[in-house]
Amino acid sequence: MNEKLYSIAVEVNGVRRTDQVPARRSLADWLREDLHLTGTHLGCEHGVCGACSVMLDGEPVRSCLMYAVQADGHRVTTVEGLAQSDGSMSVLQDSFCQTHALQCGYCTPGMLIAAQGLLESNPNPSDREIREAIGGNLCRCTGYQQIVEAVRLAAERMAEESK
Amino acid sequence: MTRPFRYIGTRRRTKEDPRFVTGRGRFVADIALPGMKHVALVASPHPSARIVSIGTDAARAMPGVLYVLTGEEFCAETDSLYIGVDAPKVTRYALARGVVRYAGEWVAAVVADTRAIAEDAAERVEVEYESLPQVIDPEISLAPGAHLVHAAHGSNVLYHRKFVWGPVDEAFAKSDHQLAFRATWGRSSTVPIETFGVAAQWDPVAQLLDVWASIQMPKFPDQTARALRLPGNAVRVHYDVDVGGSYGLKRGIKHTVLVGYLARRLGVPVRLIEDRLENMRGGDMHGPDRFFDMQAAFDRDGTIRALKIRAVDDVGAYAGRSPLQLGKPVGAICGPYRIQAVEYEPTSVMTNKTPQEAVRGFGQSPTNFALERTMDRVARFLGMDRIELRRRNLIRKDQFPYLIPSGSTYDSGDYHAVLDKALAAIDYPALERTRDEARRAGRLAGIGISTCLEPSGGNAAFELLFNPKNETTTWMDSCLVRVDLSGSITGVIGTSSSGQGHETLVATVVGEILERDPASIRVIHADSLNALPSNSPVGSRMAIMLGGAAAGAAKKIRETLVAIAAHNFECSAEDLEYRDGDVAVKGVPSKKLGWDQLAEIAHRKFHRMPPGMEPGLQAKFVWEVPTGGGLPTADGRVQMYPCYAFEAHIVYVEIDPDTGKPSIGRYVCGHDCGVMISPDIVHGMTLGGIAHGIGAALYERFAYTEDGQLASGTFMDYLIPSAMEVPDIRIVDHCTPSPLTTFGQKGSGEAGYLGAPAAVANAINDALDPIETSIDTLPMSHLALWERISAARNKQGRP
Repeated sequence: MNEKLYSIAVEVNGVRRTDQVPARRSLADWLREDLHLTGTHLGCEHGVCGACSVMLDGEPVRSCLMYAVQADGHRVTTVEGLAQSDGSMSVLQDSFCQTHALQCGYCTPGMLIAAQGLLESNPNPSDREIREAIGGNLCRCTGYQQIVEAVRLAAERMAEESK
Repeated sequence: MTRPFRYIGTRRRTKEDPRFVTGRGRFVADIALPGMKHVALVASPHPSARIVSIGTDAARAMPGVLYVLTGEEFCAETDSLYIGVDAPKVTRYALARGVVRYAGEWVAAVVADTRAIAEDAAERVEVEYESLPQVIDPEISLAPGAHLVHAAHGSNVLYHRKFVWGPVDEAFAKSDHQLAFRATWGRSSTVPIETFGVAAQWDPVAQLLDVWASIQMPKFPDQTARALRLPGNAVRVHYDVDVGGSYGLKRGIKHTVLVGYLARRLGVPVRLIEDRLENMRGGDMHGPDRFFDMQAAFDRDGTIRALKIRAVDDVGAYAGRSPLQLGKPVGAICGPYRIQAVEYEPTSVMTNKTPQEAVRGFGQSPTNFALERTMDRVARFLGMDRIELRRRNLIRKDQFPYLIPSGSTYDSGDYHAVLDKALAAIDYPALERTRDEARRAGRLAGIGISTCLEPSGGNAAFELLFNPKNETTTWMDSCLVRVDLSGSITGVIGTSSSGQGHETLVATVVGEILERDPASIRVIHADSLNALPSNSPVGSRMAIMLGGAAAGAAKKIRETLVAIAAHNFECSAEDLEYRDGDVAVKGVPSKKLGWDQLAEIAHRKFHRMPPGMEPGLQAKFVWEVPTGGGLPTADGRVQMYPCYAFEAHIVYVEIDPDTGKPSIGRYVCGHDCGVMISPDIVHGMTLGGIAHGIGAALYERFAYTEDGQLASGTFMDYLIPSAMEVPDIRIVDHCTPSPLTTFGQKGSGEAGYLGAPAAVANAINDALDPIETSIDTLPMSHLALWERISAARNKQGRP
């Protein structure tokens, strides 16, 4: 099939990536299938479940509802880009392990992105604010409680570290 | 069971979590095979129709399209899928042939270079239908003259039997009071965030089909091979695929046979990933859709003497294992109560709806809901406190092991203690004051209680009960443990996992027995040709069954190490002591062979091994379910699952009278699943189960229009609770060890879900009680509640 291709240049996890994509290629499919960043997951493909969340210029967005061409010239962070520069887990990722904030792990990348977005704008969130921040991300395993605990723990640890 | 554990029961990080938080999970959609093609499906828009013709030319002509498969070819070349009950004429294939029986049923499969092209081409497949009569309501389906979903079967009833256990009629005749009502459980499901997917590749030289799937299903390789007319060893299922949630549901056998057939037919790797609509409409993964006509016979002191339960379950258009979801509850048919006689009349009926699949608890949660509504109604009838009524009927601690009328013996428990702990944790008198103050302020406020069981250690006893031709009396699980030359330990399991933490389970148990750090133990998921037999993580069984198998294998390793040391020290095993993997002569610490030395002897120094011992250091253990192995009696009594966990839920709700919107306040769950191997995992599953139960109680429903169209096929209309609907929940642990298991553990995979819908339903009814209305139908949606509140207010002459 000869679909018209468009040039894009996107900074993905700190690396400039250029590609030629059809207009209808979703950002999620481009990340997963062309860049092989399979940490971003698709749950509903209609923008409700939040599993496909990535950061676009520091804000969580649904990569299933966005086209790759719309990311042209922007900065994208996926779950693979959350680790610290030495490759070790971020405080948030480590906190998810500490409180067992996941079971099957499928919604987890989206949860991490939502929580990361929250902590960057609000380093000391209340439980209510944490629940609101992850309120657009569905999880079927945890009942959310251990996720809330993880985000709270991460906030505390980050505050401690910045002292 | 007072022996302290070193690793079991301690808070430790799981082995699985790090790969998921770093985006390194390996799910089926991440499996990319060279040259792989993609499948899209053509679905019927009609709930009941004859297929007149299927035009595939336009689709085939599209660039990038490889093949269009229809039911004519597929059904001729493969065999019908296995079903649980004895109904051989209710055949089931992945693609319809001749007729379609529900809206969404797959009619054709398109294979193309990309999923997008396949989807485009699927829209160009032209199917001509001739509409047929349909039956959507299960009661109409049961009535004479109803349209037959499967004409060859001659009836819409897949299964019906009336069981009578104990002197039911006598108890009804002699009891002081009787009451009757209908409780209805709405069609919902577990709806994992990952849809089902499968990839397959055929090797024509090796004559081998490789399968990667997001699967949680007993006998999956066997059933795949059988339907494809292949020998069992020509199908290799890779169990190292991470499964993105399942909770019993992901049994994509029809998808797998379809994709396996296409991969073999076309000679290319093929993958099918359901999109969300496909998953909800044609994935055949709805859950129980059931009403209960309940009758209770009881005395004025609150003693419940007998129950009559008529349960009608609408399984949709095909059978699968779904009728058996009426069978599993037989193992806890009277709940945690001393009820001496029960009549149970299950009916499994077909309609023109999407078929069912196994949902967390396999029919137990709907049954618990009906039982717990009965308890509340009896209490209300007698004017007795609901907690007092339960206390009077709960089986007492000193009565275990306790045989229930339907033939199962409950292993152990202390139900009164767990209930008391939960009441104390929530400060029940204060909670009542909160409710009463809210009521005085004009709000609709209620407290819900449920006390119920989680049967665990799944076996197949209900299959025998519902199908006398089936004589499956073992439901084993197994584990292989290896110690290599370097002394490292590897556990090998033969199933995939969908969040249960089986790697952590096996490492913890093996570490406990061998006294080695679980963090150093690797656990792998073998493929089905490499693996020992497993019946997969169904029926809350893996803590018991995989845990027991891993412990059994580790004990053999330990015995081997002691035997090697005894041979080298020329003493008997009784003279030795095992500590941290080292073996020393008792009282002579200097006479010791260390772990590394023993491993080296086993792998390299045959001359230092006892005569007749196998070299190398590995052990397998295959374990049958404790208490399993028996056939049902003629009157339908059988021992179902071996272990019984108990939970006591207490929940507070308020309902906005102007919108019908309920909000959940405090929530406490007292939980006793025996010895917890990994507390964080047990708590996580329990919390998730409660959230799922809140969904089933208040939000989730696969709604159908009167003309048979699925009206909730997206997450915009099938509502899954978010972090805003699920409250902060407090779990209160209690431990009554099971006498039947290795460490005293019971199952917990269905925890929370088995009691939450009942507790929430009872809370809603408590809130509605002051305005003299009630509701016994799930889900109790905002609209349903608003309608009842409005009607009650109108009746009371209030706006």
